Amino acid sequence: MSALSTDILTAFDVEKLREDFPVLKQQIHGKPLVYMDSAATAQKPYAVIEAIRRFYEVDCANIHRGVHELSQRSTAAYEQTRTRAREFLNAASDAEIVFVRGTTEAVNLVASSWGHRNVKAGDEIVISAMEHHSNIVPWQMLCEARDARLRVIPMSDRGELILEEYEKLLNPRTRMVAVAHISNALGTVNPVAEMIAMAHRAGALALIDGAQAAPHLAVDVRALDADFYAFSGHKVLGPTGIGILYGKQALLEDMPPYQGGGDMIRTVTFEKTTYADLPYKFEAGTPNIAGGIGLGAALEYIGRVGIERIAAWEHELLRYGTEQLERIPGLRIIGTARRKAAVLSFVIDGIHPHDIGTVLDLDGIAVRTGHHCAQPVMDRFRVPATTRASLAFYNTIAEIDKLVQGIHKVKEVFA
Amino acid sequence: MVHELYKEVILDHSKRPRNRHAMADADRQAEGFNPLCGDKLKLYVKMDGDIVRDASFEGSGCAISTASASLMTESLKGKTRAEALALLDKFHDLLTTDAAVGDGLGKLVVFCGVRDYPARVKCATLAWHTLKSALNGAGDVTTTE
Repeated sequence: MSALSTDILTAFDVEKLREDFPVLKQQIHGKPLVYMDSAATAQKPYAVIEAIRRFYEVDCANIHRGVHELSQRSTAAYEQTRTRAREFLNAASDAEIVFVRGTTEAVNLVASSWGHRNVKAGDEIVISAMEHHSNIVPWQMLCEARDARLRVIPMSDRGELILEEYEKLLNPRTRMVAVAHISNALGTVNPVAEMIAMAHRAGALALIDGAQAAPHLAVDVRALDADFYAFSGHKVLGPTGIGILYGKQALLEDMPPYQGGGDMIRTVTFEKTTYADLPYKFEAGTPNIAGGIGLGAALEYIGRVGIERIAAWEHELLRYGTEQLERIPGLRIIGTARRKAAVLSFVIDGIHPHDIGTVLDLDGIAVRTGHHCAQPVMDRFRVPATTRASLAFYNTIAEIDKLVQGIHKVKEVFA
Repeated sequence: MVHELYKEVILDHSKRPRNRHAMADADRQAEGFNPLCGDKLKLYVKMDGDIVRDASFEGSGCAISTASASLMTESLKGKTRAEALALLDKFHDLLTTDAAVGDGLGKLVVFCGVRDYPARVKCATLAWHTLKSALNGAGDVTTTE
């Protein structure tokens, strides 16, 4: 395992960092892998893989029960991730950090637990035109069940939310504003601090889907004044099946449990059950312990690399990539917001994204093609699908050049 | 390697699709939808008793799905309903069974390369799934899922 020393990183040494990611050291169809699908899932450093292996090899036991040594070790390691996640988000207390399976479950938890207690017929939920399906469907389900109304903030041709229209949607019936911090399909960084403040002025709460933001920029839930903030472990270099829901303590305390079972109770009798304190009230059943420990290692790794340095390098990749792609005749970038994460979503005249994706794959280049679980975004831009190259700090300038060469080859094949 | 999948015939039919037009006097129509990529396809069939007299399609998709619809509509003309459905089965075998050699498929064997790209099999079969619902008279939108 290559140790990551801070002095090496004084100058951002991407080649050195790449050595921490075993998956990147392989060939695909005889070509070095160029992984540009990090918005779907990020690759994992040795630190994460080792932490999971160590848990299963050395510390494996169930948590929060048993006085034996292994149980204490696994509990400590799992709970340490909660503390790291609290620090990562700058939350006030570990009680505000709820382990979930991922962002999708986090949104469902809030829509279900908070929603069913607080949303009544005629109330309104506001989402945006660039949401991932996971921040649309749970609210739709809630609105259907409660006879509430779902309202949608429109966006411009650049892929920026139109705040004047958002202002008009807010009214005394608005209960919740749920928006993405960064759009997965477009890369747009939304002005969430301002949007949260606007929601609060209208008397509504705000939930931020941070799935795409957590890996790429520093998040401070208190500075944002977010009521809820969710992200997924696997997009921040951690394992799948684990994620974090942050919620303000007073709100979480007021919410009923999401699921019933072990670990979320204080006492159980057949007459009455009392629930555990936060955050355990929302954590029924044996959780993804190894996943939680792996997530802790991922957050620690990101801390060592430095989220600001990550953001700076990715910005450089985005700037170079945008400049190169814009030079390709017939290629149109979808999503040209002024504040963007390193997502290059594009279409090419007369060539379907699936064909682009397959031909690039034959050159070892992994991109995502399709609607990116954001069909309304595709409808908005009147395209059935896009090709999306989503970059992370382990990508290089040379890899962007390979992407550009690959696109030229695609154009030759389908000319 | 690219051309093992995108054979000349496929590229030709994707760039110049045959029978891509609406058919006002079609006896049967069906719509196909691939939720994975958003491709939509509308298929028209004109029957003469039990025989497919004419077939056409509308819609645009990837090179594989467009070429598949184009070659399918060509190969259907003159076939009985049973023959058309048998062709569908053979085509499906070609794409999903390693040992299939594509006997009796004629030009359609050019799609054998798709077998190595499981994510693309649905592109090649969208038109055929749609054909099945057209011939069976189910007017609903057929999806590949």
